[in-house]
Amino acid sequence: MKSYNIDRTDAAAGGMFILFGLFFGVQALGLELGTAFRMGPGFFPLVLAVVLILFGALIVFNAVKAAPGAEAPGAIAWRGLMFILPAPIFFGLTVRGLGFIPSIFLTTLIAGLASLKMRPLHAVGLAVAVTIFSTLVFSYALGLPFRRIGPWLSF
Amino acid sequence: MDLLSNLALGFATAASPENLLFCLIGVILGTLIGVLPGIGATATIAMLLPITFQLEPVSSLIMLAGIYYGAQYGGSTTAILINMPGESSSAVTAIDGYQMARKGRAGTALAVAALGSFFAGTVATLLVAIFAPPLTAVALQFGAAEYFSLMVLGLVSAIALAHGSILKALAMVVLGLLLGMVGTDIYSGTPRFTMGITEYADGLNFVALAVGVFGIAEILRNLEGEQDRTVLGAKLAGLFPSREEFRRMVGPVLRGTGIGSVLGILPGGGAVLAAFASYTVEKRVSKTPEEFGHGAIEGVAGPESANNAGAQTSFIPLLTLGIPANPVMALMVGAMIIQGIVPGPNVATEQPALFWGVIASMWIGNLMLVVLNLPLIGLWVRLLKVPYHVLFPIIMAFCSIGVYSVNSNVYDLYAVAFFGLMGYVLIKLKCEPAPLLLGFVLGPMLEENLRRAMILGRGDPSVFVTRPISAALLVLTVLVLVVVLLPSIRKKRDEVFVEAD
Repeated sequence: MKSYNIDRTDAAAGGMFILFGLFFGVQALGLELGTAFRMGPGFFPLVLAVVLILFGALIVFNAVKAAPGAEAPGAIAWRGLMFILPAPIFFGLTVRGLGFIPSIFLTTLIAGLASLKMRPLHAVGLAVAVTIFSTLVFSYALGLPFRRIGPWLSF
Repeated sequence: MDLLSNLALGFATAASPENLLFCLIGVILGTLIGVLPGIGATATIAMLLPITFQLEPVSSLIMLAGIYYGAQYGGSTTAILINMPGESSSAVTAIDGYQMARKGRAGTALAVAALGSFFAGTVATLLVAIFAPPLTAVALQFGAAEYFSLMVLGLVSAIALAHGSILKALAMVVLGLLLGMVGTDIYSGTPRFTMGITEYADGLNFVALAVGVFGIAEILRNLEGEQDRTVLGAKLAGLFPSREEFRRMVGPVLRGTGIGSVLGILPGGGAVLAAFASYTVEKRVSKTPEEFGHGAIEGVAGPESANNAGAQTSFIPLLTLGIPANPVMALMVGAMIIQGIVPGPNVATEQPALFWGVIASMWIGNLMLVVLNLPLIGLWVRLLKVPYHVLFPIIMAFCSIGVYSVNSNVYDLYAVAFFGLMGYVLIKLKCEPAPLLLGFVLGPMLEENLRRAMILGRGDPSVFVTRPISAALLVLTVLVLVVVLLPSIRKKRDEVFVEAD
């Protein structure tokens, strides 16, 4: 008997769908299901969750008997993940406290660090430019209701 | 003539100074972002979406439509100049367009693309104006059961045209539907899947999901292998095609427009299929098929026209039924809902100025693209030389501001980060994110119509098959599924998409 070739990408994708299905399915069970006549809030999500789990299982099943020579997923942008994803979170955490101007400056700076090619000084310069531009456009011209300098910085 | 008076109303709306201005801004912004390699129309619109929310509904939709054409046009520019298509629909353009650029004919290739697109856009706009009203009349007969079946058909057809595994695309739709369930249940007021976070009671923010899954995931993917790219066409002399070249592009443009218009109406991202179909047809009818792949002008003119015509006619299902045919249209539905417009057949009768204004603005936007972009090609080329590591921090900053400005809800920003990560994981796992977005937008509508249909049918699920229109739509759905799953078709479909990669 020949050894199985598992398409790892597909297996992982299937696994992910199963996990998502379980996540929604378990919570849907806690909601009122109702009847087919008057469906409760949990009815449709539960059906969908079960379908998703079934699809996930099918994908995993297909992955196990998949054709050999499945390619590797390739490089992963670790540095990008480390700096890009925190940027909007940081903006969310500080936009009210620090105020718009310092918050967008630091957000741009954090995002700028995601590339190896960005020299620190250039990143600061870019962040300054973005800050000036967006303060003028979004805060003054479009009049979005941002506090430019937040309560954390006013003494 | 009803059509004429309607069009007159549309042009009067679209040609007001401020709407013209917003159309212009949209077209320029769309081209600007669309030119950036690796960022296609969907990602561009997702990122620029928040800017439009401060505007009036008509202006906002006109600007969004402008962004859409602009992004498509920008995508072809990138495809021709650096052989890096931002979207699969311009992948075909890259084949011969890049070869033309290597022969020093970049300017001509860009001009042919622009002129072909403009012609196709004009014809397709007229088609939208002619066919939208009668379809709207049909759509007004629809009840909850019909809407449910129609959405199921739309979702299934979207899968038929997605890349890669059909099973994965199906799973992505279901996952999108589930994500659409997050928030307060409309019938009972029970919060669902909010994990106790009251800020998510109104549901996950559509903009946050779109920006994360399309925009941020794209940035992460581009950061994987940072490398310098070579921009072709330092000299763009000889912009306008010669008389001989003009003669060669007429046939392909006409055929491309026809193919694109028909395929665009079909749900499921018609523009991509239209471009491929047109390329195949041109190659087959050409007397010199060996030229294709080495810079044949027909290989640029046909697919570019087809893809633009398809982009245009894909507004038909959106405007008449409120059902998005592709991810870009899903973004438009999201924008309409945020503006307080319920997409569907009632838009045409209740808001004729909006309905016809958007249609008229399509043509104006296309005209602007031709007039503006031919002289501006030099500028776009210079933009391509701006290094990526300068661009993406700017994009990140604007995304953050944009998402926050929609509702001033900081939890939307956390959702952006989460969906950015999820979008990147999905790319890594070779799952196409477009069906997810479609599912997310249609999820709440699908559930509402299902529940309403079941109440009207007294809990008997046979309402979906006893009502003729609904039954016909479901039969179509099954047919689409069967066709997609047939081994022979599947092989053809794989071939088409392999060429794209």
